[in-house]
Amino acid sequence: MRAQFVLSEIGIGLRRNLTMTFAVVISVALSLALFGGALLMREQVSTMKDFWYDKVNVSLFLCNRADAADGVKCPKGAVTAQQKEQIKADLQKMDIVETVYYESTDEAFKRYKEEYGETAIASVITPDQMQESFRVKLKDPEKYKVIATAFAGRDGIESVQDQRDTLEDLFDLMNGMNIAALCVMGLMLVIALMLIVNTVRVSAFSRRRETGIMRLVGASSFYIQMPFIMEAAFAGLLGGAVACVLLLVGRYFLIDNGIALAEKMQLVNFIGWDAVLAKLPLVIAIGLLMPAVAAFIALRKYLKV
Amino acid sequence: MIRFDNVSKSYPKQNRPALRDVSLEIEKGEFVFLVGSSGSGKSTFLRLLLREERASQGQVHVLGKDLARLSNWKVPHMRRQLGTVFQDFRLLPNKTVAENVAFAQEVIGKPRGEIRKAVPQVLDLVGLGGKEDRMPGELSGGEQQRVAIARAFVNRPMLLIADEPTGNLDPQTSVGIMKLLDRINRTGTTVVMATHDQNIVDQMRKRVIELEKGRLVRDQARGVYGYQH
Repeated sequence: MRAQFVLSEIGIGLRRNLTMTFAVVISVALSLALFGGALLMREQVSTMKDFWYDKVNVSLFLCNRADAADGVKCPKGAVTAQQKEQIKADLQKMDIVETVYYESTDEAFKRYKEEYGETAIASVITPDQMQESFRVKLKDPEKYKVIATAFAGRDGIESVQDQRDTLEDLFDLMNGMNIAALCVMGLMLVIALMLIVNTVRVSAFSRRRETGIMRLVGASSFYIQMPFIMEAAFAGLLGGAVACVLLLVGRYFLIDNGIALAEKMQLVNFIGWDAVLAKLPLVIAIGLLMPAVAAFIALRKYLKV
Repeated sequence: MIRFDNVSKSYPKQNRPALRDVSLEIEKGEFVFLVGSSGSGKSTFLRLLLREERASQGQVHVLGKDLARLSNWKVPHMRRQLGTVFQDFRLLPNKTVAENVAFAQEVIGKPRGEIRKAVPQVLDLVGLGGKEDRMPGELSGGEQQRVAIARAFVNRPMLLIADEPTGNLDPQTSVGIMKLLDRINRTGTTVVMATHDQNIVDQMRKRVIELEKGRLVRDQARGVYGYQH
């Protein structure tokens, strides 16, 4: 195998087919960028889960006077000191409970103020309107149901809430976006493959003289097919490189600068550069191999050897 | 060198077979004309030799190998011992004369030093010394065919297959090409040439194999193109 000869053939082939090569590069780049993006999104969701599930509690909101007056949720009136003691004792007895933390109305009011600041609602809220609550940290966050069945409807308890529910919605949204990204990726991939097959076909046709002579003088099929496969692989490699750039630029503008989510959503810990960099070799490898394999399969149909 | 044993070849979608029960033998160093009207099976005969096609029935032996049993990946190696020349030359128009000849060696991975030595040699042999850097488009038909013969012969094949090599050439040029093929034959290379050129066959007085509607109808040493009808 003479490298220089093969390389010059590849160069000629790519130039002859410039528009098609360009289309292949772009479609491979887009599909791989979506693929990498979906991988990163999944990682983001799982780091967020780890981070948040560690912090979320099951909250047992206790009846205050306002709830008692309402009479629907708390028919027996506001919670008494004795009920509070009992609930706390019962919680601490349970195996799955790690810690129990009591939040008074004043503390709840302070936290509310911190979270909502000087908004219109926050300015009319008074400490009385806040509910006392037990914040329970579970050893296994999945066991939330046990607490809910044990305490819901008990005297003095207004409601049992798992904060995970609110997070789940967010995660569902992100997973949904992920699936959408994968679907678009699938479509782009099909387009990329069809473009590659077509490129190989055009390429094989425009070089049928050369390949015909190669065949006659006894060039091995490997030697005849190599330039076509290398051509596709090279275009794919370019596409993979563009996809990598897109991913890096995407993280840069989405998280650190531009849209700067890291600044706006400080409670979320975003995936780092290392996570993005770790995906790049895979993106490059797929960019290189997928078009090569597609070209190889296309050659069986369009190039007689 | 070549042996056909009861060879038949039919193509799908054609009711009449292209070759019917052909048996013959061609020895090493022979010069053989293959004659017959269009559609007589000459092309199929040559395609079987090159293993572009496989026989439907019977056995084709070329260079001592049973082509039916030759696996696909070994075919290129078999073809390296054959040289092929066509009516339409089949040169690469964007390569020079020398590059066209060198191409046949480059694509089978011959070392560069060997190519540099073999190409001028074979171009001298075919009478194109000094025209190495011309483009095929600048050459006459006869010269182009000489380039094609040089390309076919540069790897020193055991067998040279020529499919109407003089079909596009005027009689005088054809004679030159035939002299060249004769010279190549004298180096020990077997030559099988399909042709319609009556004058050439009659002048050369070589073995003539005639096909008609796929059947072998004549195999004559020192023969002529055809009986006068």
